[in-house]
Amino acid sequence: MNASRGDQGFEAIFRREAGRVLATLIRLLGDFDSAEEARQEAFIAAVEQWPIQGIPENPGAWLIRTGRNKAVDRIRRDVVFRTKVQGREIASAEADAAAIAEDEDDGTFGDDRLRLIFTCCHPALSAEAHIALTLREVCGLTTQAVARAFLVSEETMAQRLVRAKKKIRDAGIPYETPEPSLFNQRIQGVLAVVYGVFTEGYAATAGSRLVDAELCSEAIRLGRLLDELLPRNASVLGLLAMMLLHDARRGARVSANGDVVLLEDQDRTQWDRAEITEGLALVEQALNVPGQISPYAVQAAIAALHVRAKTKEDTDWPQIVGLYEVLLRLQPSPVIELNHAVAVSMVDGAARALDLVDSLQARGQVSEYHLLHAARGRLLQQLARPHEAREAYLAALHLATLEPERRLLMARIASIDAAPDGA
Amino acid sequence: MQYLLLIYSNEKEIAALNPAERTSMTEEYTEFTKGIIQAGQFKAGDRLKPTSAATTVRVRNGQRVTTDGPFAETREQLGGYYLVDAKNLDEAIAIAARIPGARIGSIEVRPIWPPQT
Repeated sequence: MNASRGDQGFEAIFRREAGRVLATLIRLLGDFDSAEEARQEAFIAAVEQWPIQGIPENPGAWLIRTGRNKAVDRIRRDVVFRTKVQGREIASAEADAAAIAEDEDDGTFGDDRLRLIFTCCHPALSAEAHIALTLREVCGLTTQAVARAFLVSEETMAQRLVRAKKKIRDAGIPYETPEPSLFNQRIQGVLAVVYGVFTEGYAATAGSRLVDAELCSEAIRLGRLLDELLPRNASVLGLLAMMLLHDARRGARVSANGDVVLLEDQDRTQWDRAEITEGLALVEQALNVPGQISPYAVQAAIAALHVRAKTKEDTDWPQIVGLYEVLLRLQPSPVIELNHAVAVSMVDGAARALDLVDSLQARGQVSEYHLLHAARGRLLQQLARPHEAREAYLAALHLATLEPERRLLMARIASIDAAPDGA
Repeated sequence: MQYLLLIYSNEKEIAALNPAERTSMTEEYTEFTKGIIQAGQFKAGDRLKPTSAATTVRVRNGQRVTTDGPFAETREQLGGYYLVDAKNLDEAIAIAARIPGARIGSIEVRPIWPPQT
């Protein structure tokens, strides 16, 4: 037994063990709600007992055993509850629980955690529910922390979680990994959730903060967990690589005032070399898995080309254009098309790029996307058409909700207004 | 668990099928139904007459109000249903995905309240 530590030490342990403990308790007790209650009671017991007894050698196993015992006690006390627990007998629950040894290896925990992730990301739940459940149940964030990250009240987030768990219960969403024929499709769903968490942290959609480091860290942690549970999966490796290569630049993206610093203006000495090294290695692995090329791996390869460049002039834009074209064939999307056009401007000039952006806009899918108008503005400025550029920036400003981005757009407009010839 | 699988499709599109397509669809439904009976999942199932044959009944303030047509005009209309027994939602979804109508329209998978004891 280790010497007892303060509450801060406990919180870190709880965060680390939360997902694993819940996952195992769900398997033992048979449903989400019972398992969550049991986990909560185990945490409370830990806070009471660990200061006295010291932190156990294997905190995870202690929490699981304690949670299971409390749940079994509750089942014994509550006859009505017993008959409602979907036919599970106390005897079988106890037999399962007896199987937990102090030193149960990570193999079993691994399967349970994968089951938990797949359940939280089940297609029958809404996209909002996926993110809320994953952050709360798998990552162990408090409801308050998740609410803060998505700029809703704690009450709203709590309700969202309640509804999601109710859906799991009412609709009979199983706590299982999907069957082989559906596995890949469901994995893509999980990765989309992880990607959603990361992009929300990397480029938030509203509010005053541009980046939320904690969300990026959680997403990367999830990516690492998935890599551990599903090794040599091109999509998982690709997503993890992509997140690391973007996260490496996170510090340089925001100035001291909280303003946006674009890639071309970033101080590259501020980039995290360790994340870059790891990210570059993972891109290689992702691209070398036999079978289908993952769009995440291609996005990671694009990010790799950016970070490999010592200065912005060294950037291999033709390669980047080529990779965007690969990506467009794999996963056409208006946002990718826009990014492709911006890359094209660095190779073939602003006029050609503007044609592509105008064509994209004419097809009508992205007229509400502020970055499209911002990109048009940049290109028009480069083509010495300041009046039209100003209009494009105004259109972008009308749609932009993130404060730092709004400030950047206003600064662009101001610089056009200030220049004698409007350039 | 029991689930009601509600088969929705656009009636005009169904009506526009030619006889060969119609026969083919009927055969597929027969095959499908046989399959889930054999698997022990089938509890009930029927094809409904179109919404042109529907009547809606409401009782308000003791007054019975009867109107011609379905309860609401919708883009897709209820055309049939299956009541199935499935281990969990994933199994119900797998059944629903094999319903021939899923390729043309939408299948709503609705869990049924267990009988109150």
